[in-house]
Amino acid sequence: MPTEILMPALSPTMEEGNLAKWLKKEGDAVAPGDVIAEIETDKATMEVEAIDEGKIGRILIGEGTEGVKVNTPIALLLADGESEEDLSKAPVSAPPAAAQAPAEEPAAQKVEETPKPAAVPKAEAPALPADPDIPEGTEMVPTTVREALRDAMAEEMRRDEDVFVMGEEVAEYQGAYKVTQGLLQEFGDKRVVDTPITEHGFAGVGIGAAFAGLKPIVEFMTFNFAMQAMDQLVNSAAKTLYMAGGQMGAPIVFRGPNGAAARVAAQHSQDYAAWYGHIPGLKVVMPYTAADAKGLLKAAIRDPNPVIFLENEILYGQTFDVPQLDDFVLPIGKARIHKAGKDATIVSFGIGMTYAVKAEEELRGMGLDVEIIDLRTIRPMDLDTVIESVKKTNRLVTVEEGFPQSSVGDHIAAQVMQRAFDYLDAPVITVAGKDVPMPYAANLEKLALPSVAEVVEAVKAVTYRG
Amino acid sequence: MATAARKTAPKPSSAKSRSPAKPSSTAGGTPAVRTPKPEEFKQEQELSAYRDMLLIRRFEEKAGQLYGMGLIGGFCHLYIGQEAVVVGMQMALKEGDQVITGYRDHGHMLATGMDPRGVMAELTGRRGGYSKGKGGSMHMFSKEKNFYGGHGIVGAQVPLGTGLALANRYRGNDSVSLTYFGDGAANQGQVYESFNMASLWKLPVVYVIENNRYAMGTSVSRSSAETDFSHRGLSFKIPGIQVDGMDVRAVKAAGDLAVDWCRSGKGPIILEMQTYRYRGHSMSDPAKYRSKDEVQKMRSEHDPIEQVKKRLLDKKWASEDDLKAEDKRVREIVADAADFAQADPEPDVSELYTDILL
Ligand SMILES: Cc1ncc(C[n+]2csc(CCOP(=O)(O)OP(=O)(O)O)c2C)c(N)n1
Ligand SMILES: [Mg+2]
Repeated sequence: MPTEILMPALSPTMEEGNLAKWLKKEGDAVAPGDVIAEIETDKATMEVEAIDEGKIGRILIGEGTEGVKVNTPIALLLADGESEEDLSKAPVSAPPAAAQAPAEEPAAQKVEETPKPAAVPKAEAPALPADPDIPEGTEMVPTTVREALRDAMAEEMRRDEDVFVMGEEVAEYQGAYKVTQGLLQEFGDKRVVDTPITEHGFAGVGIGAAFAGLKPIVEFMTFNFAMQAMDQLVNSAAKTLYMAGGQMGAPIVFRGPNGAAARVAAQHSQDYAAWYGHIPGLKVVMPYTAADAKGLLKAAIRDPNPVIFLENEILYGQTFDVPQLDDFVLPIGKARIHKAGKDATIVSFGIGMTYAVKAEEELRGMGLDVEIIDLRTIRPMDLDTVIESVKKTNRLVTVEEGFPQSSVGDHIAAQVMQRAFDYLDAPVITVAGKDVPMPYAANLEKLALPSVAEVVEAVKAVTYRG
Repeated sequence: MATAARKTAPKPSSAKSRSPAKPSSTAGGTPAVRTPKPEEFKQEQELSAYRDMLLIRRFEEKAGQLYGMGLIGGFCHLYIGQEAVVVGMQMALKEGDQVITGYRDHGHMLATGMDPRGVMAELTGRRGGYSKGKGGSMHMFSKEKNFYGGHGIVGAQVPLGTGLALANRYRGNDSVSLTYFGDGAANQGQVYESFNMASLWKLPVVYVIENNRYAMGTSVSRSSAETDFSHRGLSFKIPGIQVDGMDVRAVKAAGDLAVDWCRSGKGPIILEMQTYRYRGHSMSDPAKYRSKDEVQKMRSEHDPIEQVKKRLLDKKWASEDDLKAEDKRVREIVADAADFAQADPEPDVSELYTDILL
């Protein structure tokens, strides 16, 4: 029976790709290791290698087809001794049955899909309630978070010769997650610098360069690896201004993906918002939308202080409207009311917002009008905006992926208790990741992360619904 | 018939050629050690090397396939091309010696004799995996086989492996710690902190640097000021040698020398294994940083398995049919592991909260 060649998954987050090119045609013989086709994802073009020996019997997905789901049969391979007639015997397999794969869900699908209740009224103002400083009639351009970050760096590098980027694979490879795509080509290898795998060393080198007045953007391939550089970030970057009595500090940005990606297990899945949020002398930014990513990264690069800029791999590919303005800079330290409401407040930031937004939709179906605040900056924290909201709704839920003990939510809860106790009609509920290292197994990983259902339950609890 | 090509290390097609095996410098009083001339294998050794390397190759091909089907998630780093390193080194070990490495670890685990079913089931995140499905491809351990992981942070295993050697010295046993790491990891600061302590305290640790020429997309010449990794221990008085890591006999000979060196109380030693990975860094790496010709040349001229196969056939120690039968047996082991890894259930949800503290 002919063997099906399936559309392969090439990364933890890939769900579909384009079949860019066939390098073999029907009737061609192939051996294991032969490149038979090229496929494209948003990150890269990859080659598909044959695993078995045989002859290409039939090509099922033509060259140029876009959006081919992982595991769709793309060709039929005839083994030695099989002929064209055998092609008809091929099992016409249903495409990528997620049901077959006991992994249950594609890896990237971390956030639970909740069935949309029937008559949910549409929230006014789509994704982004206009920030006050965007002029009426500004064109909004759909942009991925990845592109927004790249654009922010490119714009600031054009504007200021002292800004440069360094990190692992940022230049020739165009970024491990393709965030620095094109920067080497535009700015050259003096300003876009590949480093060896020496986080503690190059973080310190960047800080030293910043002491001398340059404005480095240091990319960590992921923030998990920044733990090797933690001493430099905390002891050198954060404290020097204070220790030097204000004479000298470090105008530097440390950025990169933070938090869990998908199925990358305990050492690669940690959220550091609370860690850096703990340190005086740092600013800590953690955007959700592409517009915030762009406006806040530009602000971070211009900021004379060390800024920790926490991105998220799963958000990189998500698209949001970004205002087309010559110089779109947002204030660090200001929260954004993502959706106004009166019955309860959800405060979140970064990828946590994806749970908040989905939960809000569901709660709207139950007749609850929930306010969502996107904190955007962890330090300095815009508690005023949170407290104003609590004064109106009297109920508060926080959402984040990080560990529960000493979490960002814990800090918010404590502050709200101290500053707005009389306004609270229910104890604050903090939704966070579970108190366990991130497990690899798909089912356990799902349980370890917060879920939309948990957020919905928490809001129901603080509003004393069912 | 050891040809010149086998004795010298494989040469990159584009980058400047490497220095051939030579005695390490005696700068600063570092003891001189020479790359040993590989001895011919006996028939039984050739056959077992063939089998062990083939098992790793077929296992990795299958893992790549299961990844493509979405049955393995996250990062998955294949060992294809580097098989001779772990198989040759394992032949030099004895019971009680320890092994530790990074995230490109499937080959090391199979070489230490860990069960392919348990390894594959860990890759699919199932309860029968070596870490009950909680660790995944990068994090697996076996107390029974003295395999200490399986580490995801580049370079972190180097102090850990040095600590295993400290325990050996402390207990006064004659076990040796094999501490594997990559050319990229060799630039991490903690590597040199470890070298200093290991040399100062004469710890029985063999540092096996698997120089496969790239750390992700960065070639050695773009990341390293000193590209001769056998010299990386000189300022700590640790001798080192360069070894043709594509020739399992050369690896075994160097392994014997290094393990004897440690057992006789002389302290640490470095083996730079000159090897090559055929696949991308991980499954999502398009590998645009090197030419197809470079990969093809290594595959066709230096493949570790083909080298053994050719010797077996030339010496008439095995027929084509014998080797086909061997291949079939290996495929069956791998197929069985893959079946197990798909049929085995996911961990019980109660496992979420176990194994955090004792
Ligand atoms: C501290 C740290 N930085 C970065 C990474 C991401 N990373 C994983 S593997 C790798 C390349 C390592 O190359 P090398 O040591 O040569 O080993 P190889 O992959 O070639 O086996 C990088 C940069 C990491 N895991 N840990
Ligand atoms: Mg390498």
